[in-house]
Amino acid sequence: MSVLVLAEHNNTEIKSSTLNTIGAASQIDQNIEVLLVGNSCEDLANKIVNIQNVNKVIVVDDPQYQNPIAENIAPIIISLANNYSHILAPATTFGKNILPRVAAILDIAQISDIIKVESKDTFVRPIYAGNALATVQSTDEKKIITVRPTSFEQAATEGGSGEVEKITFDLEKNIVEFVGREESKSDRPELGTARVVISGGRGLQSAENFSMLNAIADKLNAAVGASRAAVDAGYVGNDYQVGQTGKVVVPDLYIAVGISGAIQHLAGMKESKVIVAINKDEEAPIFNVADFGLCADLFEVLPKFSAELDKLNTIQK
Amino acid sequence: MKILVAVKRVIDYNVQIRVKSDSTGVETENVKMSMNPPDENAVEEALRIKESGKAEEVIAISIGEEKAQETIRTALAMGADRGIHVKATHDVEPLAVAKILQKIVEKEKPQIVLLGKQAIDDDSNQTGQMLSALLGWAQGTFASKIELEASAAIITREIDEGLEKVKLPFPIVATCDLRLNEPRYASLPNIMKAKKKPIDNYTSDELGIDVSPRVRQLKVTEPPKREKGVMVADVAELVQKLKHEAKVI
Amino acid sequence: MSDSLSREVMEYDVVIVGAGPAGLATAIKLRQLNPAVSVCILEKGSEVGAHILSGNVFETRALDELIPDWKEKKAPIKTKVSKEKFLFLSSSSSFSWPTWLLPAVQKNHKNYIISLANLCRWLGEQAEALGVEIFPGFPASKLLYHEDGSVKGVQTGDMGLDKQGNKKDTFEPGIEIHGKVTVLAEGCRGHLGKEVIQKYALDTGKSSQQYGIGFKEIWKVSPEQHKEGMVMHTAGWPLDHNTYGGSFCYHAENNQIFIGYVIGLDYRNPHLSPYDEFQRFKTHSAISKILKGGKRIAFGARALIEGGLQSLPTMYMPGGLLVGCDAGTLNMPKIKGSHTAMKSGMIAAETINEFLSNNESLSGYAEKFKQSWIYQELYKARNVKPSFNWGLIPGIVFTGIDQLLFRGYLPFTLKHSHADHETLSPANEIKKIDYPKYDDVLSFDKTSSVYLTGTNHEENQPIHLQLKDTNLPVNYTLGKYDEPAQRYCPVGVYEIQRDKDDLNPQFVINAQNCIHCKTCDIKEPTQNITWVTPEGGGGPSYANM
Repeated sequence: MSVLVLAEHNNTEIKSSTLNTIGAASQIDQNIEVLLVGNSCEDLANKIVNIQNVNKVIVVDDPQYQNPIAENIAPIIISLANNYSHILAPATTFGKNILPRVAAILDIAQISDIIKVESKDTFVRPIYAGNALATVQSTDEKKIITVRPTSFEQAATEGGSGEVEKITFDLEKNIVEFVGREESKSDRPELGTARVVISGGRGLQSAENFSMLNAIADKLNAAVGASRAAVDAGYVGNDYQVGQTGKVVVPDLYIAVGISGAIQHLAGMKESKVIVAINKDEEAPIFNVADFGLCADLFEVLPKFSAELDKLNTIQK
Repeated sequence: MKILVAVKRVIDYNVQIRVKSDSTGVETENVKMSMNPPDENAVEEALRIKESGKAEEVIAISIGEEKAQETIRTALAMGADRGIHVKATHDVEPLAVAKILQKIVEKEKPQIVLLGKQAIDDDSNQTGQMLSALLGWAQGTFASKIELEASAAIITREIDEGLEKVKLPFPIVATCDLRLNEPRYASLPNIMKAKKKPIDNYTSDELGIDVSPRVRQLKVTEPPKREKGVMVADVAELVQKLKHEAKVI
Repeated sequence: MSDSLSREVMEYDVVIVGAGPAGLATAIKLRQLNPAVSVCILEKGSEVGAHILSGNVFETRALDELIPDWKEKKAPIKTKVSKEKFLFLSSSSSFSWPTWLLPAVQKNHKNYIISLANLCRWLGEQAEALGVEIFPGFPASKLLYHEDGSVKGVQTGDMGLDKQGNKKDTFEPGIEIHGKVTVLAEGCRGHLGKEVIQKYALDTGKSSQQYGIGFKEIWKVSPEQHKEGMVMHTAGWPLDHNTYGGSFCYHAENNQIFIGYVIGLDYRNPHLSPYDEFQRFKTHSAISKILKGGKRIAFGARALIEGGLQSLPTMYMPGGLLVGCDAGTLNMPKIKGSHTAMKSGMIAAETINEFLSNNESLSGYAEKFKQSWIYQELYKARNVKPSFNWGLIPGIVFTGIDQLLFRGYLPFTLKHSHADHETLSPANEIKKIDYPKYDDVLSFDKTSSVYLTGTNHEENQPIHLQLKDTNLPVNYTLGKYDEPAQRYCPVGVYEIQRDKDDLNPQFVINAQNCIHCKTCDIKEPTQNITWVTPEGGGGPSYANM
């Protein structure tokens, strides 16, 4: 039996979260099949077969699957479930929306948001907003799992040699009417879901200075956050605050500028994959959690940082 | 129209949780408990729908130990009309919760079931979706706006990419995001009134639901401490490291 | 906000402010005496116990009288004191004082090591079972008076005001709670207690009240270092001999140690940081060896009242009573206030019952109080604390004579010379204290500590630490005393911030961090800071303190 991974995509491109999920699946079993449900996604299917360890891509290609409606996708997975020991999806709003429906109908206790594969039936997952880690073992014969993307390496998009299998699936009824999607209007991503976050603290000293972060955020396609001290000082609004209980961010890159690293703040970002700290106080606790620390005056650093990023982009172009 | 709201008693979100030294779980003795935050949004939304004249009754349900009644009372103090308590002696997994809710839905026949999008203790994010599937209803998860029409609800969903709108014919299950509304305070007179509101009691056995755990919790540990990284000399080195070593820009 | 707003009114026979040991004992005793008396308790913490912090070595005397079958009723009182130790610390050594030379009041063999927060939770259950209505999360924000000037009741705080005091969408007005009798049981330096003491001049002819700041941490230590039932106190290092204070270290159940430090708020050095004294105390070799390999799991701080009998105000007023530490019934040499707080509440209940049934005056409280064993205790203890005004060694010598030879019956009463806010010397006249850096093993910074308290306040609400003169901190207190609020506040609520050229100092109040210890309200040299109640439920969420 093999592992089924539900692909998250936009019909032309696969979302990186799917690659992470395939990465996690590879740790369970090298025999992986991907389910691609979409509209006009044949080209995409042909790309997915190249992903490492993907043996097969099962494609359901139909205009009614233009948008990922959980009520419509779940029955497809259920119909295929017999063939798989594990069914995985990324723990994004896409996967979280669909997979529990599958689990409920198959009468399986889903394991959500795993960050580590211990064995074929045992996984580690964060609970209490990451303040504790639970090692859990499924007693169900089949495992249904969502995967925290940032915790697993992405599978290589080359090197696989799978086949494409097209199937059709007749929906009994479509009860959901898709009205529309409004991708974040602001050029900047949401704090909660951004891949890169740049946050400022009281070191920035004023609201005007705080806006210096915007220029860099734009270059990195980053969301802008703030420490509680900066919010309290009135530089930015409450909705910027990282580390207030409940507002935890887990980006790939977190850049803390002029933030001393009060524990409330650390609690909100310490799970980030890579942490950069820029602070002129070498004793600042933020350096204890930073992968890369730069002890310098942020008012000198920020313009240079911006310039270096420009250079980088020029080279890329 | 009736609205059923599911509420869960969890460790208060301000409490810094502590892992037990024997790794069997998290310390809960004498720890402050309160209603799961997004469940408060669910209660608030139900009350607003009722106050707009579109629903007649709001029922709050909780599943858990005796003290889950306190959480139901909180919902009643906010304004829910009556409560249902399904008693359980241990933590009930989302799947069993969904099955219990399904039974209650069959009894009470609400048109709308509201839940929080996720409980802040186990962070499973499953129950609403599971209930919806078991009932064969449409679901609006992570709702940040709920608009009601005569026979359908238009739900704005908070998704990773932004917002998504779906139109769902009644009956529906919706799970509520923190951005849906700002929950009201329970006033003292309403807390007094809530003490007199009825709470029906059930056990999972009476409902015929097996609540024995299906997932073994082998251990609960503290997350590993982050190791201190390296100090860089200047911005150029930082950018180079981010680009080539960490590969994050 | 305008008070033209018509508020809902709830009526009770007795309204009690504060669900601590005093308030709960009052309520329980009242319902025991007369189940027809309607009683409610308002509690600002989000639940009973959330704002309770105490050492605590508990003497059961009052509880034995109130609930004789507390053992059967499973009161959380388990760890009997099994061994006692008293150490004098110098910076590098420790000297153990023979226990037979300790005054009787400091002997604890009949007492128990408890969490007072948990005892209050249990007392709350007992009270509710007797029909007392407890409302956690509802602070009594102000007192209401009848036209004749007597206390009419209290008003609960408005909920849902923004920083400027405007109503938010969620605005929920506070309500009036009227009582035939209002009992103030807010604990040390209650803001309503402070108001009535002033309004009715209840402290006329009394010494200035004296306070201390107490810190407590709970540590889980290795079993080898743990001796359940062990009680240890220390005096001396790190404090100088002119500063009153000392530590406690209690070995409770489950390999937990309650370790703490109390410093008299009559200290003189504006550079002194009580928080840092406590942090460095733990690094003493006699202490660090106990904590080694352990883990800090809780932190908290709270002011306590130390004035004793000579500072105890009149405890009754028209329509109201003061009980427990809201008045100041703590027995300082005994380092205990829970049993006296409870007893004062029980006497208050007897007084109120007579007032309600026979219209006897509330002034009977004073006579009953004087007849009771609390008075005896406080009388004998009265001279200990003021004697330490002469310094540590003379204080010990005097206390030895007073307590061991005369058993507290010396024929005179020493006065407290100053109020705590009057004692600071100007910053330039006294040497700065160089505190060691936190090592993150034994000593920790303030933010990590406040994190453990689970403190939170709704962000967008009026600041509950009010300045009478907003310019004073920068214009006066900073220059004269180097703004001591930066140091006496145990959680860093007050900060002086300067711009990047180190100019333009600004006084910043991080009210969200406030753990309701009341130290600022007490120690601010010009009494410029007034602590008022924030939105209900705000503040720390202590578990087992």
